[in-house]
Amino acid sequence: MKKIIKYVIIDILRNKIMLGYTLFLLLISLSVFNLEDNSTKGLLSLLNIILIIVPLVSILFSSIYVYNSAEFIELLVSQPLQRKTIWMSVFSGLALSLAITFFVGIGVPILVYEPTATGIMMIGTGLLLSIIFVAIAMLASVKTRDKAKGIGVTILLWLYFSLLFDGLVLFLLFQFSDYPMEKVMVGISALNPIDLSRVLILLNMDISALMGYTGAIFKNTFGAHSGVALSFLILFVWVIIPVWLSLKKFSAKDL
Amino acid sequence: MIIANNVSKKFGKLTALDNVSLTCKKGECIALIGPNGSGKTTLIKCILGMVMYNSGMITFNGKNIFNDWTYRAYVGYMPQIGRYPDNMSIEQLFTMIKDIRHQNDLNLDEELVEQFNLKEIFSKRMRTLSGGTRQKVSAALSFLFNPDVMILDEPTAGLDPVATEILKEKIIKEKSKGKLIMITSHILSDLDDLVTQVIYMQDGCLQFHKTIEELRADTGQEKLSKAIASVMVKM
Repeated sequence: MKKIIKYVIIDILRNKIMLGYTLFLLLISLSVFNLEDNSTKGLLSLLNIILIIVPLVSILFSSIYVYNSAEFIELLVSQPLQRKTIWMSVFSGLALSLAITFFVGIGVPILVYEPTATGIMMIGTGLLLSIIFVAIAMLASVKTRDKAKGIGVTILLWLYFSLLFDGLVLFLLFQFSDYPMEKVMVGISALNPIDLSRVLILLNMDISALMGYTGAIFKNTFGAHSGVALSFLILFVWVIIPVWLSLKKFSAKDL
Repeated sequence: MIIANNVSKKFGKLTALDNVSLTCKKGECIALIGPNGSGKTTLIKCILGMVMYNSGMITFNGKNIFNDWTYRAYVGYMPQIGRYPDNMSIEQLFTMIKDIRHQNDLNLDEELVEQFNLKEIFSKRMRTLSGGTRQKVSAALSFLFNPDVMILDEPTAGLDPVATEILKEKIIKEKSKGKLIMITSHILSDLDDLVTQVIYMQDGCLQFHKTIEELRADTGQEKLSKAIASVMVKM
């Protein structure tokens, strides 16, 4: 398995898009930290980048890579290898590569300029988000045979998680505005890894005081240590479930 | 030795394999023949574990292949259309496969690599190779690990006449070592000197499994192509 992972990682890191992405992230994080006097404001700007761009690049690149590697994967399936080994090696290679590019592009500048607890939490969530969206991309790709349709599905999934979900939640909030929705909101935010990450980071910055009553409830749930631990646990679950589902599908797929 | 028992496979509404049963023993060279869409490649892919059959059982040397993958170490497969990563060179491909199969260089059969002069183009990327050259790479790769069973899907399609003769010689050589060889092909004239048994499929059903002598006797024809033609006309 390690040999296949090694091949996948070399193949991906050699890809100029990955290099461009790393440099892009590095440029953004360095300029954000150098332009802002207050590092906390810098972290806030960086948060938006992490929550929008990282999932997008993760999901698109992974999906395209899996489709382009269809031939490689077919070659491996005819060898004396378990399907599980093949699929997990591709996943590990993709996840590690995207995690490395995120860490170099954003993680290192954060460690240099703002190595606080919040900064480290941002690195953690950024890494997890990269990996989560690799898993989601692989699930979408294994279920959709057609490449164009599959990439379209991944774009729609990104749109759903980053924009549509919040719209739906706001709609729900207005519909049920007469009822106490705070606890429900906490539960709903667990259904979207991007929202979960956003809430987690914001509540650990000083700005959470601005969020009023709802902010206070969230702060109670997410701000405490147990809340932070629970959130990271849910993010891990967001990695494990798509990977497990995609593995099940791949093991039974006709090639 | 491969035994299939009532294997069926449906792709949606299309029945690709309909209760196919067969027994293939060592030392035989079996031609798998049938019109287009008769289920030959589907059957091969079921044996290789690339397609999941819906019902029935396939055993390799007595062991059920379902959920097993270790038996593939003893099978050499040459696909109809070789699919390889575009950016790999031939040398990198061979190194990677050898690496993945933990094979040291001592037990390798590199005859075809030499006879096809692949070492001269070792650094060319797979994307730049012509269709026929890819077939040569597929052929060399399938014989590389000295497997006991060879499954060749349209092996001579796309090969130039010289390469076709080289491959045929190689198949005869491996046959004399007592290996089981299964070949699907529409170029029946190539199979004349090679095969010992014939399996004929149509519409996903196995129509017959005879030795070449029985087929010649039944149809009164000497050449395989004429014998099969007379069979197809009657079907």
